Amino acid sequence: MSTKLFTFKGGVHPPTNKSLTQNVPIENAVDPKVVVIPLSQHIGAPCDPLVAVGDTVKVGQKIGESKAFMSVPVHSSVSGTVKKIEHHYVPGGAKVNCIVIESDGKFEVHESVQPKGKVENLTKEEILSIIKEAGMAGMGGATFPTHVKLSPPQDKPIDVLLVNGAECEPYLTADHRIMLEKSEQVITGVKAIMKVLGVEKGYVSIEKNKPDAIEVMQKAASSEEGIEIIALEVKYPQGDEKRLINAVTGRVVPSGGLPMEVGCVVENVGTVATIGNAIETGMPLVQRVVTVSGSAVQNPKNLMVRIGTTFKDVIEQCGGYKEEPGKLINGGPMMGIAQFSDEVPVIKGTSGILVLNKKEAGIPEPSNCIMCGRCVDACPVHLMPYKISGYTLQKNIDAADEYHAADCIECGGCSFICPAKRPLKETISLAKKEILARRKKVK
Amino acid sequence: MENKLIASSSPHIRTDETTQKLMLDVIIGLLPALVASIFYFGSNSIVLIVVAVAAAVATEFACQKFMNRPITVTDLSAVVTGMLVAFNLPPSAPWWIAVAGAIFAIAIVKQIFGGLGFNFLNPALAARAFLMASWSSHITGGFIDPVTDAVSSATPLTVIKAGGTQLPSMMDMLLGNIPGVIGETSSILIILGGLYLIYRGTIKWIIPACYIGTVAVIALIFDGGSLLPYHLFGGGLMLGAFFMATDFATSPVTDKGKVIYAVGAGMLTMLIRKVGGYPEGVSYSILLMNILTPMINMYVKPQVFGVAGGKKNEK
Repeated sequence: MSTKLFTFKGGVHPPTNKSLTQNVPIENAVDPKVVVIPLSQHIGAPCDPLVAVGDTVKVGQKIGESKAFMSVPVHSSVSGTVKKIEHHYVPGGAKVNCIVIESDGKFEVHESVQPKGKVENLTKEEILSIIKEAGMAGMGGATFPTHVKLSPPQDKPIDVLLVNGAECEPYLTADHRIMLEKSEQVITGVKAIMKVLGVEKGYVSIEKNKPDAIEVMQKAASSEEGIEIIALEVKYPQGDEKRLINAVTGRVVPSGGLPMEVGCVVENVGTVATIGNAIETGMPLVQRVVTVSGSAVQNPKNLMVRIGTTFKDVIEQCGGYKEEPGKLINGGPMMGIAQFSDEVPVIKGTSGILVLNKKEAGIPEPSNCIMCGRCVDACPVHLMPYKISGYTLQKNIDAADEYHAADCIECGGCSFICPAKRPLKETISLAKKEILARRKKVK
Repeated sequence: MENKLIASSSPHIRTDETTQKLMLDVIIGLLPALVASIFYFGSNSIVLIVVAVAAAVATEFACQKFMNRPITVTDLSAVVTGMLVAFNLPPSAPWWIAVAGAIFAIAIVKQIFGGLGFNFLNPALAARAFLMASWSSHITGGFIDPVTDAVSSATPLTVIKAGGTQLPSMMDMLLGNIPGVIGETSSILIILGGLYLIYRGTIKWIIPACYIGTVAVIALIFDGGSLLPYHLFGGGLMLGAFFMATDFATSPVTDKGKVIYAVGAGMLTMLIRKVGGYPEGVSYSILLMNILTPMINMYVKPQVFGVAGGKKNEK
């Protein structure tokens, strides 16, 4: 490993608050009595149900699938009976079709769940099919279907796999614990993906505030050809895929482009570990590690949670609310989505459940922009957030477009750093949405 | 509990830094120079500073009340402006000059244009220019030599301008034991306050370094090494470079823009000192660069990630 620290220009340093859970080993969550499994937990086409009300299902059984390429199947995380198929709110904020399953408490595993053998003995196509059939979608939060990412068009040769273990979001420690406790699965996953892509180089990049994870991963990777561990500078949003590619390889993904345009594929380390597990045990994505943290949670923990367990059930296992919660967030505090209810299910992209108290949840009163330029320095895309925000508030979307509002990655660094507490990212997101909608219309 | 959760857009955490804390830091940074002004120029310094700050805060309050805007005097920006207005006055200036300057700075330069962040000129410097045009004898005269307590003695830069050679010692220059406006003389304490601001991250080093550096290079080329200390420490350069030119609203936001702005201010300062009619050029050079700042912000933009030359990267 090089001693040089890899990073990008821009970024902010929010308090990490990881000490709440970074030394808490992953614990299996209490088995849920009922799970609510959304048929759309990924970017792309929603699944059609493969089961009907009254059917009995087993753990790992495929219960939803779509014919579309841009989609991944969903599986039952419990054994039991399908009670309802109905629309339900999910952490993304939408109401989507969900399969509600009552657990029989036996957790019988479905016959289809069989170990797939060693990566060395599997072909590219077999691995890709295992990944798709396991319902893999980016578990860092974006939930982009993994098999789509791993099937780049012929004219986009890939030469580097980047495994993202940066975990730059404050509070979250799920990926940290995965690297510490499941390093073998991570390595199996890395090898599998490298084989699918046909690449020689796989970099597992980790922020240097996780020295133990770096050490463990180095040990695990020491006997593997082509897998290197990279220490990244601690800075938000170091784990954004374009920032990560830039930090590790020096390559710049063009505006509006995908990582494959510079020969890179980026996978979250949790996704990689789950792929490793799917190959080793045959178990599809039916559970994930979730960091439950924040000032309003009694006992912050890292829990292995079955997909479809409600936030409420998960928080109860952490001793419930310490005080009246002000904000309930799916994900981290910088990019996570605030929930209006704790009755939503944990989905494939739920990396964390963060509960902030009333005081922390308060929205600060904005004052005049003092033109200090802190947002300009913080922007990892090198935009001028104060200008774009100003134009957006004047409803001058054309000017916001000229200032590249559509390139915003919505990391929230500008809003975080603003001393005048201006809603910079919030307004820029608005402009971005409008600009993208207009572009679509023109096309 | 459903209706009690706040569901706002991300990010859900904010930095502790506020406008008020930034302004408080600037006030702390100005304190060493304030102590020096009282030490060298006595009680009239206190009077001028107190009166200017009070007038600035009162004017801000009155303007916002009158215009039906939220009252923001607690952000402390008016206190900073008041201090800087006073710092730019000669030690024997009458108290009403401080009041007039503070009212002009806040009402005309700041509030009429929309308040904090919307002023296109540094309020304190614009007030100084206004006072200079209106009561020039009170601004260009009335200096006191702290060594002899003689009134109306010339500042080191006036001496240089007149081709004189009776210049104070190096030590007096650094400490501030020289004639000048009350807040500018003690270079060493101003630098101390400025370094505090840089250390705190309140301001960046770029503007002070480029501004002072440019002045030093030009002074070396045209006046040689012997006059260099007087160019650096004999006038308002240190106060201007650390506390005036770094005003957020009136200086460029990008690092590159800051370099252009500061080098420009340095060149203008020396142009005025060497060729212009005034012995000192710091105020006017900063004001001129203030006016150019919106243009610098318009043309000196950061290179957007993945966008080459402002156009879509074809690769």
